[in-house]
Amino acid sequence: MSALNIKKGSTSHSAYDLRDPYAEVIESHTLAVLVDNESGVLARVIGLFSGRGYNIDSLTVAEVDHEGHRSRITIVTRGTPQVIEQIKAQLARIVPVHEVHDLTVEGPAVQRELALIKVAGKGDHRIEALRLAEIFRANVVDSTLESFVFEMTGTPEKIDAFADLMRPLGLREVARTGVAALSRGI
Amino acid sequence: MTRANSGAMTGAEMIVKALKDQGVEVIFGYPGGAVLPIYDAIFQQNDIRHVLVRHEQGAIHMAEGYARSTGKPGVALVTSGPGATNAVTGLTDALLDSIPIVVLSGQVPTFMIGTDGFQEADTVGITRPCTKMNWLVKDTEKLAATIHEAFHVATSGRPGPVLVDIPKDVQFAPSTYTPKEKARTGHYQPKVKGDIDQITRLVEMIEKAERPVFYTGGGVINSGPGASQLLRELVEATGFPITSTLMGLGAYPASGKAWLGMLGMHGLYEANLAMHGCDLMINIGARFDDRITGRVKDFSPHSQKAHIDIDPSSINKVIRVDVPIVGDVGHVLEDLLRIWKSRGRKVNKEGLGKWWAQIKEWQAVNCLDYKNSEKTIKPQYALQRLEALTKGMDRYVTTEVGQHQMWAAQFLGFEAPNRWMTSGGLGTMGYGLPASIGVQVAHPEALVINVAGEASWLMNMQEMGTAMQFRAPVKQFILNNERLGMVRQWQELLHGERYSHSWSESLPDFVKLAEAFGCKGIRCSDPRDLDDAILEMIRYDGPVIFDCLVEKHENCFPMIPSGKPHNEMLLGDADTQGVIKAGGAVLV
Repeated sequence: MSALNIKKGSTSHSAYDLRDPYAEVIESHTLAVLVDNESGVLARVIGLFSGRGYNIDSLTVAEVDHEGHRSRITIVTRGTPQVIEQIKAQLARIVPVHEVHDLTVEGPAVQRELALIKVAGKGDHRIEALRLAEIFRANVVDSTLESFVFEMTGTPEKIDAFADLMRPLGLREVARTGVAALSRGI
Repeated sequence: MTRANSGAMTGAEMIVKALKDQGVEVIFGYPGGAVLPIYDAIFQQNDIRHVLVRHEQGAIHMAEGYARSTGKPGVALVTSGPGATNAVTGLTDALLDSIPIVVLSGQVPTFMIGTDGFQEADTVGITRPCTKMNWLVKDTEKLAATIHEAFHVATSGRPGPVLVDIPKDVQFAPSTYTPKEKARTGHYQPKVKGDIDQITRLVEMIEKAERPVFYTGGGVINSGPGASQLLRELVEATGFPITSTLMGLGAYPASGKAWLGMLGMHGLYEANLAMHGCDLMINIGARFDDRITGRVKDFSPHSQKAHIDIDPSSINKVIRVDVPIVGDVGHVLEDLLRIWKSRGRKVNKEGLGKWWAQIKEWQAVNCLDYKNSEKTIKPQYALQRLEALTKGMDRYVTTEVGQHQMWAAQFLGFEAPNRWMTSGGLGTMGYGLPASIGVQVAHPEALVINVAGEASWLMNMQEMGTAMQFRAPVKQFILNNERLGMVRQWQELLHGERYSHSWSESLPDFVKLAEAFGCKGIRCSDPRDLDDAILEMIRYDGPVIFDCLVEKHENCFPMIPSGKPHNEMLLGDADTQGVIKAGGAVLV
């Protein structure tokens, strides 16, 4: 298959499209999807991504309007501009989806992710971990004599950077919420 | 139950009432444990007719045939577990061809869901990717409203199949009925009017185009008879040539003078070359399917393209277009005609004259020509005779999937929409027989013919029992080549003539099979007897299985080989040597 240069997972395209996978730029986009908070709606959104071969880098979902039964799904996805447009159009035609916003193109937006990071170690490693946590404004939410659990909020890149620094200092476990995002201004 | 005082009714009664309020006249179904209360409610009324199928897949295809031939949603009722899983192929078929159907499925009682109960399946989970929308109703109070919403979703915007899964306790429980008017529909209102600026841009392009072509599809049919009328008016007024996908046949009459015939993989030479050579392509309700485009990179390289579609996700999915118009075909064509007329009905007459001269040259190639035989019946000949002998009749045609389907599309002419029912997107073998019954149920007096291959036909042949029981005089016109013809053709062209498992060694005697079902069987193998045999089939007042023994190794041409552009199509056997390269062989 690879010799024929068929782009893997691009089922949204014609099978006849034997394209050069490097010809188009892959972009990362953050999408906010407002949906009815009803059973099956998340499965519908995820099923769209797996069924059509799109990528999900991060996904968060929670009810944001209890009375209106609305949930907000934030998805970070990757693809060529044409694929991103398809993803948005495909999301928009799901019946319980009310709005689809591409926060990457609709003006500036803030993105935040929360992470819990467990680091175990003694001596200098432990002191260094604590010092770096201060620099990154991570809070200690649990501590034993041999471990910390840090809580930090930031962009995914900041969390990546912190986790990378913790690795040689005794990184044990990372739990991340995925990205939540809102457009800036009114 | 004490519902007499409270005005309440059971869930099952509610279902029947909701269907009546939606104007449903017939449902196709099969009973089972989880839908017994609904069947009990059906038993106690006479407004809705129930057609008992022999397999749930048959029920869905019948509902599809009903829907496509009437423009109204088709309704099917199946039980839980296997009843629902048997519906999956039909649901997927309806999804790919945008056919409005409403399927009601039974489910184990709510308190048993998740316990692997008898005949329990995660029906909404299984059918989520093959429906436009589905619902599991856990509360009788919401049942009627959900059914009304289901009809709204199935028939609004781009139509499609929906499913409502109803646990048995919900069918038994009493509650208050929600009338149609009070059901929730406001949240789903796809836009039907096209953007006027974009439509005006298209009008400007129509005024200047030298080599225009209309490329129309199933969206015209789905938009209703009014859309077909507007299309005809537009084509006559502009004098532009028009071609159609498999799904759109009949929207413009085959006898119309601007008609180029079907386009695509087995489309006509003139239609495909017009697509390749045009300078303005106006896509109306079609979706640039891979059967149409061939190699995307070389698809109609010198044209500006406009695309009218009610589904925004169809636009720029496969082919990038210059003028996207999101809206219902009927509404958009109305605006388009009005604007074009108000600007003085201009077209580029000189360019158009040259374009038609070029098209006439292509038409002169006579691409559907084939070598007839005096000894064996050629499938093309059989369809030409069927066409000649049924022309002008109140005729509906369904097909199975394969070579016979393509020949039927090439050799039968459709003068009106909703007369041609075929599985386009999914290519479901076994579609045609049940679909023909669904059509016949909707049009009891019409001549309904299923053009079939023997292999496809066998896939749902149990439905002959349904045809007999409900006196649906469907004509099963089987072009029997004792082969999986299209598979065999591909094996010949792509796999070194190694015919791996593409023939059937022990076919039934179709005449005896007809007798076993209690209907009429006719066999014909001599071209000289064909006319009389076809007339006998048409005149017989009841279902007929017509076993037409045809040439076994006939190939279907023209053909655009896999991975080739429109201008590299094959016209006959002589063209086929070594044309399909490895890159094309991986494609289907």
